[in-house]
This record gives sequence, structure tokens and C-alpha cells, in this order.
Amino acid sequence: MNEILLRNRGTANLHTISVYREQGGYRALEKALSLQPDDVISIVQESGLRGRGGAGFPAGAKWRLLTRYRVKTVYLICNADEGEPGTFKDRYIMEFDPHCLIEGMTIAAYATGAHHGFIYIRGEYDWIERVLELALAEARTEGMLGHSIMGSGFSFYIDIYRGAGSYVCGEETALIESLEGKAGRPRLKPPFPAASGLYGEPTVIHNVTTLSFIPFIIINGPDAFKGIGKNRKEGTKLFGISGHVNRPGLYEYPMGTALRELIYEAAGGVRDGKGLKAVIPGGLSAPLLRADEIDVEMDFPSLNAAGTMLGSGGIIVLDEDTSIPRMAQKAAAFYAHESCGQCTPCREGTHMIKFLIDRINEGQGTGTDLEHILKLCRYIRGSTICAFGIAATMPIAAMIVKFRSEFEALLRS
Amino acid sequence: MIDAGLKKEIEGLMIKFPCIDSAILPSLTLIQERKGFISQGDMEELSRILKFSQARIFSVASFYSMLKLRPRGKYHLQVCTNISCSLLREKTLMEHLSRILGIGDGETTGDGLFSLEAVECLGSCGYAPAMMINSDHFENLGFDQVDRIIESLREKERAGGV
Repeated sequence: MNEILLRNRGTANLHTISVYREQGGYRALEKALSLQPDDVISIVQESGLRGRGGAGFPAGAKWRLLTRYRVKTVYLICNADEGEPGTFKDRYIMEFDPHCLIEGMTIAAYATGAHHGFIYIRGEYDWIERVLELALAEARTEGMLGHSIMGSGFSFYIDIYRGAGSYVCGEETALIESLEGKAGRPRLKPPFPAASGLYGEPTVIHNVTTLSFIPFIIINGPDAFKGIGKNRKEGTKLFGISGHVNRPGLYEYPMGTALRELIYEAAGGVRDGKGLKAVIPGGLSAPLLRADEIDVEMDFPSLNAAGTMLGSGGIIVLDEDTSIPRMAQKAAAFYAHESCGQCTPCREGTHMIKFLIDRINEGQGTGTDLEHILKLCRYIRGSTICAFGIAATMPIAAMIVKFRSEFEALLRS
Repeated sequence: MIDAGLKKEIEGLMIKFPCIDSAILPSLTLIQERKGFISQGDMEELSRILKFSQARIFSVASFYSMLKLRPRGKYHLQVCTNISCSLLREKTLMEHLSRILGIGDGETTGDGLFSLEAVECLGSCGYAPAMMINSDHFENLGFDQVDRIIESLREKERAGGV
């Protein structure tokens, strides 16, 4: 069995608590509540579960940081501000398997001592928010959420909080700022949210997908989770495959699965019988790979070694006819639009890059434009408060470096 | 004008969260849901209800791209223009809509019925191309299907729909 999160895909009415419980749902919560919080943390730590939002921080270690704050109010936030272009995994879980998320959150809350949780969902997911509201109400009615869950004495409450169209709010401290009724501008770290997060209190933040793995790990044990990944990589990963493929969609495969296998077997290969030009392997912010670079295992260390990242697992496939300068133009427009404006290098730099790439695509680029863009990318990297500056520059620099001749062909001679 | 009913709902939000600051964004979203957009007057009134400065309210209202400070069309079309939604056809959904409605990005039709906005990723990459009409999602859109949707909305208006 290689699927964890999608194993019940297609089960009718899985979003209702009765069907979820028929599938064994909420047994993990019952088991967790019979253990000490520290033991729950140990199980998750041993499983090797790493954050599935993009950064890949070990989940158990994050929880361990919270244990020193047992006397303080601890908040748990589920980051459902899915906005990385190419990514559409969290929406599946929330729409079709919301109780899995609620159960995972409640176990995480028990382990970390949180009594109040938030699901911060992007504003565009209006219909999913309604599914979640119903699921939360069901969970409360059945005593899986709220006061003294299953009579354990442990209480936990979840509120849904709606974003309003800001990509950078997916960054955890920007998300906290947004939850505090401010513009979503990332905070300087440290302090990290584990020490000072929402309302200045210790806060644990996880992506939807990370939290949804928790019930499986608690029921089946850490080794069952670790055992699924290839070559001792931990667990599975949801991959959203889009672009020029025959079968775009959401797939779950073991960590370490070859990118080639995902494109040609899961997604049925490049559509219309065309050749492959390049692949963005982990959401738009992950530097693209050329067709000759796709024999890479899809896990955190392997993709880092290949000069890119696993990120959100959003795979965008580009066929041989795709114009990379046009893709760079889309990417540059996106980052210029979404920069929060707090740090000058990012605010000004993303717009300068957009200006230059637009100019090149319009046939008005000059001989030094490419060097200027690469220089701007270097200047922005590392000189901003959050990782947006890196995310905005890495993919564009990679497009220019790997497909330079396509850009040069557009320059004014 | 924030009427008594809306004010009551906002007051509900003030006690919903552990900290009143968290009521600002949901209040603005609520005002927009009820009134279509958030006016200067609404922000002034909200500042009095929540007891935050007008500057604070405006700093939030002006930051988030889904919050609109000017009137929009009755049907606000938000069209994804990011990579996956642009890859599949020669012409993009945005170009097609722009042509059939006769308006560009950020514009509203003369009858006030439709407004068009290019937006970033809607999380529909596997079901591209996608757009939203007000809060409804539409995915896997063919151009003929888009034409039918637009025509059905026009038809509804002609029939004196709500």
C-alpha cells in the first residue's frame, strides 16, 4: 500500500463524519488521548515526518520546541493558504477528507498543549470553507472536538479564518500578522512562532497536508510511515501535476519516486505526443529542470542536490513548444504582484525584473538586460526579511541560465 | 452605510476571537460580501465600531487583493493568468473574455454587469484553465462553455433576475 492521504479517494460522502468513522476515522485521536503528549510527540518524531508545505522542517522537532511553554497559552494554526502556482493538494484534503485534517489538528493540539486552533484558508476557497464548517460542526456534535474530547478532559476548539488574496500570507509569520488583523507582512525571525507567534504566544503552524498525515502515523506507528518512502525517505508526498501532460491531476507517491515516473506513468506523459522541454518540480518557486535533468528522485535532499527543491510538490510540465521567456514573464509578473512591499530589494527588484523581462518579450531587450536581471536576482537573494525574495529570484535566474539562447534570440540585435 | 444588521454581525466577530484585532479582516470581508465593495464611509464607520484608527483599517483593506475599494460589476470575473492556466491553448482565457465582453483587465462593462480582473493562481492548476465569478469556481473551461456561462448570466438579467 503506497497511498496514505488518497487511500480513500472516491469513497462516497467521505466528507461526512459517519463515513469517515466507518473508514476507521477518529481511532487515532482516541489512541493519542490514551497516551502522554510527550509519547505522541515521540511517535511523530520517529516517523521522520517533515513539513509538506515546502520548507520540510521536521514536524516532531517543531512540537518538541513547544513543550517548554506548557504553562503558557499555545496556539495551533493550520496553514491552508494554498497559493504556490502549480499546487492544488490541500484543497483536495479539505474538500473530500476534512475530518482527517480535523483529527490531525486535534492530535497535534493535544501533543503541544494547544486549546485553540485556526484554519487559515485562502479567500478564494469559498466552497471548501463551507465543507469545513459543516465538518467542524459534526465533529463538535459527536464530541471529537470542543470541550473534553471523548471525555478525556482535553479541550480543543477550531476557528476558520479566511484570507483575502495574498500569496505572501502563506509565509507563517505573514499569516500570523494577517490573523492579527494587519497587512500580511512577514516578521523578522527570530523569534520563531514556537516562541512568540499569534498574539505573542507560542504557536505551532503546519500545512494542511502535514497535519493530515498524523492520524495514519499514530495508528500505524512510525515505521509504517517511514517504510513507504523509497530508499529510506519518509512517507509519501502529494504531487499536483499540471501543464502539458495527458492526465493532469493530484497523485500520491512515495517520497523518492523518480520525477520521470511521475510524468510518464502517473500523468501519462507529455500530451499530443510532443517532446519535453522542462519541468518545474515543486511549485513555481522551484527552479526548473531541463528534460535531460528529470532522472531525479522526488525528495528533499535529492532535489536540493539537483539545484532545485521539492517545495509544495506542484509539478508543472512544459512541452517542447513552450517559450521559456514567456514563462519567465508570467513568473516575474506574479512575484512583482505578490511582493508585500516591506523590503526595498524585493519591492523594487521584482518590478525591475518584470520590466526587463517584459521588454525582452516585446523584442525591445538590449544586450545587457540578461546580465542586469541576473544581477538583480543576486542582490535580492539574502537581503530580505522572508524567503519570498529567494523564491522570486531562483526560478527566473534558472530559466535564464538554462535557456539563455531563447532569451538572446529575442534581444534587439 | 453600515446598517444595524451588519453592525450586529460585526459585533459578533468582535467577540469571536481571542483578540479583537482578529475581527478587522473578517469585518471587511463581510462588508464586501453584503455591499459589493468597501467604501471610504464603510471604513470610517468600521473604525468607530472596532475602535481602531482609520489608518489601521485602511492599511488592511488596501493590502489584500480580494478586498475591493471601488464598485465592481454585478458579476466579477477573476481569471487566472498564471502558468498552468496559460499553457493549454494558443489564446488565454483572459484574452477570450476580454474580446467577448469588450473590456480589459480592471474594467467594467457599460451596463455594470461584468467586471474583469486578471488574478494569480486560484489553485486549479490540474483543472486549468480556471476562473471565478463572484465566489463561484469554474474549472476545465472551454471557450464555448465560457460563452454559454456569460450568455446565461445575460439571459438571467434580461429575464429580470435578482
